[in-house]
Amino acid sequence: MHPVRKQRLYLVLFIVVFSSAAIGLVTYGLRGNINLFFPPAEVAAGKAPVGQAIRVGGMVVQGSVERSDNSLAVKFELTDYKASVPVVYEGILPDLFDEGQGAVASGTLNAQGVLQASEVLAKHDENYMPPEVADALESSGYDHKGNPK
Amino acid sequence: MIPEIGHFALIMALALALILAIVPAWGAWCRNVAAMSLAPGLAMGLLFFVSISFVCLAYAFLQDDFSVKVVASNSNSLLPPVYKFSALWGNHEGSLLLWALILCAWTAAVALFSSQLPLLVLSRVLSVMGGVAVGFLSFSLLTSNPFERLLPSIPSDGSDLNPLLQDPGLIIHPPLLYMGYVGFSVAFAFAIAALLGGRLDAAWARWSRPWTNVAWAFLSLGIMLGSWWAYYELGWGGWWFWDPVENASFMPWLAGTALIHSLAVTEKRGVFKSWTVLLAIFAFSLSLLGTFMVRSGVLTSVHAFATDPARGMFILLFLAVVVGGSLTLYALRAPTVSSRVGFSWVSRESLLLLNNVVFLVATLTVLFGTLFPLIMDALAQGKYSVGPPYFNAVFVPLMALLAPFMGLGPVSRFKRDTLPRWTSELLVPAVAAIACGLTLPLLHGEYNLWVALAVTLAGWLLLGLLKDLWFRIGGGRDIPTGLRRITPSYWGMFLAHLGFAACVIGVVATTQYSLERDLKMSPGEREELAGYEYRFIELAAVRGPNFVADEARFEVWSGSELVARLAPQKRRYLATGSMMTEAAIDPGLFRDLYVAMGEPIGEEGAWAIRLHYKPMVRWMWLGAIFMGIGGILTSFDKRYRTQRSTSRSSATGAAHATQA
Repeated sequence: MHPVRKQRLYLVLFIVVFSSAAIGLVTYGLRGNINLFFPPAEVAAGKAPVGQAIRVGGMVVQGSVERSDNSLAVKFELTDYKASVPVVYEGILPDLFDEGQGAVASGTLNAQGVLQASEVLAKHDENYMPPEVADALESSGYDHKGNPK
Repeated sequence: MIPEIGHFALIMALALALILAIVPAWGAWCRNVAAMSLAPGLAMGLLFFVSISFVCLAYAFLQDDFSVKVVASNSNSLLPPVYKFSALWGNHEGSLLLWALILCAWTAAVALFSSQLPLLVLSRVLSVMGGVAVGFLSFSLLTSNPFERLLPSIPSDGSDLNPLLQDPGLIIHPPLLYMGYVGFSVAFAFAIAALLGGRLDAAWARWSRPWTNVAWAFLSLGIMLGSWWAYYELGWGGWWFWDPVENASFMPWLAGTALIHSLAVTEKRGVFKSWTVLLAIFAFSLSLLGTFMVRSGVLTSVHAFATDPARGMFILLFLAVVVGGSLTLYALRAPTVSSRVGFSWVSRESLLLLNNVVFLVATLTVLFGTLFPLIMDALAQGKYSVGPPYFNAVFVPLMALLAPFMGLGPVSRFKRDTLPRWTSELLVPAVAAIACGLTLPLLHGEYNLWVALAVTLAGWLLLGLLKDLWFRIGGGRDIPTGLRRITPSYWGMFLAHLGFAACVIGVVATTQYSLERDLKMSPGEREELAGYEYRFIELAAVRGPNFVADEARFEVWSGSELVARLAPQKRRYLATGSMMTEAAIDPGLFRDLYVAMGEPIGEEGAWAIRLHYKPMVRWMWLGAIFMGIGGILTSFDKRYRTQRSTSRSSATGAAHATQA
């Protein structure tokens, strides 16, 4: 074979092998590492899978936050004003987490329909609302600040 | 009055940018010297007007002119002056103006420092940059005018800058990052100019190399500052989250890393030409894509200032024009510029090719992970999020694959090398690196396989570099003369690779050895973590210029020795009432001690407290600083200044092949 062609052949072979390895890595990485967002209404309707990593977002229900007196455990409910989902979490909550504000919790749902959160995200500033939460509220007829339209 | 002057200057700048984009390009087309000669002057004028505009906005911020909308919504009379100034770019409109200013500064710098460039090339380059400026200035004026007034109802005080952004790191993080982002527009402009002229040669690579290196250096520093800021400001001790916005800055960096290496081969050996051009287009397109993602509000992020569909549409259109236009041009012109220079598989070229493939694949996998949720959302397939595990699973193996070859790189020769030579050169470093990997992690006490691997790879990089340096200074016969002979671009490469090695160690050691504990603590309580005793001494109330805070005072003891006093705070900012965690850190080269406050628990003064022990976390940022300095250093090389633009053939390029 002509040396230039041979070189090209190797190059093509190399790229093929390398990119298949990369695609393999990507599929492996994606498996179980992506998680889907569910509004509370869908969780209550039983549409969310149990025991799989998901995210649930909505407004933190007024008066629902219960902190333990001797540990970092905390319980609260997230709502989209159609249904609400109880969430348990152990750890430090973000600064802007508060009752009546938007939050997103990621974790797994147990058989009792309680979300065991491994991470809780709140908005970053006063006027900001996570887009998923804004959409979920929108679909239940509320604006992004949680006021009925 | 002042804001109107700023607005007017911005309109003037847009007019000049339009002229710059059209007239010199037309001049280059029909070889009209007069039209081409206008380019440098226009570039200076552009910078002048945008600067006026920027100064006017800065004045409005510093004078608390709350009749200006961005000032009213992002500043406050209680804010310390330095944050009033940095509040300018703590919002969408202002940061866009900063972007435009930096773009014009780069354009003017090209006009100023390119006296050795043929007028034809210079006018094309400046025209392309003028075109980019038209895009950004019209974006600013049409969709996000920073000088919009709130008349007649002027608020009595502003609604404050997001407390997260009230921080020294955030004063310089955006400008540095933008320097890098926008700097790739120079590489892009050179690439487009070369395609337009149909001539891609070593001279072209030599012109665009220093600019690209400097842009890359600034991007490295900007990303590093962002990571450092997240570490001490967000209060949970993380330094990289694979947040889409972080990725938005990281992807141009990855593509840029491929680009600077590919440019090196193009300059030295005249190969990979069309590939290099494609990378330049790719790197800048990723910068624009980053802007789109950050500014259009499609992302959930601390950086997503505003959500306005019109803005998203505008950037998307701009992106389509830039990417579509440049790729079309590439398709038309690239076949004429391809190279016919051969090289053996055992050579530096193929190692650099490997570098390019790895970085490109890394860029694409990050791009995929970042866009996946957006694509699924657009196709109404649900709202997914792709988390750090995905990115770690794909990114870490790629970098691990890169490192062994990276150690070979500096020692290898261009064009043709031999495996026996590599073996004889690098057998000792390889054995030494493995010995380091086997022994050094023992110093920490607990042996960890990943750390051992990281130390081996980093040691391999370091020893390979040292071996090559030793060879270059003549094997120790006359060290001072030998050292003097070494070029700045070699030192730049040396430092940047050293920085990468430090990063590898820092990232792996921190990830593997970090200890974290979230717990409830009351004043008087003690807690042991990693051999340090954290004593919660007392709780105090303190007052800052625009906030009040609870401060937890800690002492950290190691045995009977007081190591540090730490005072994390929980602040409440007066203007907005928003709460902020201010972590306290005792930094060290080998370990950081980190304390942050959560929320009060119960009635007896107990708090949720987060304690961290973070070994070698500084190495990562130190490494990035090395890379930044290295990148800047390369541009001081004499060969970028002296030669006039006589095109060197690739044969003479080979004579310089031994320089990095």
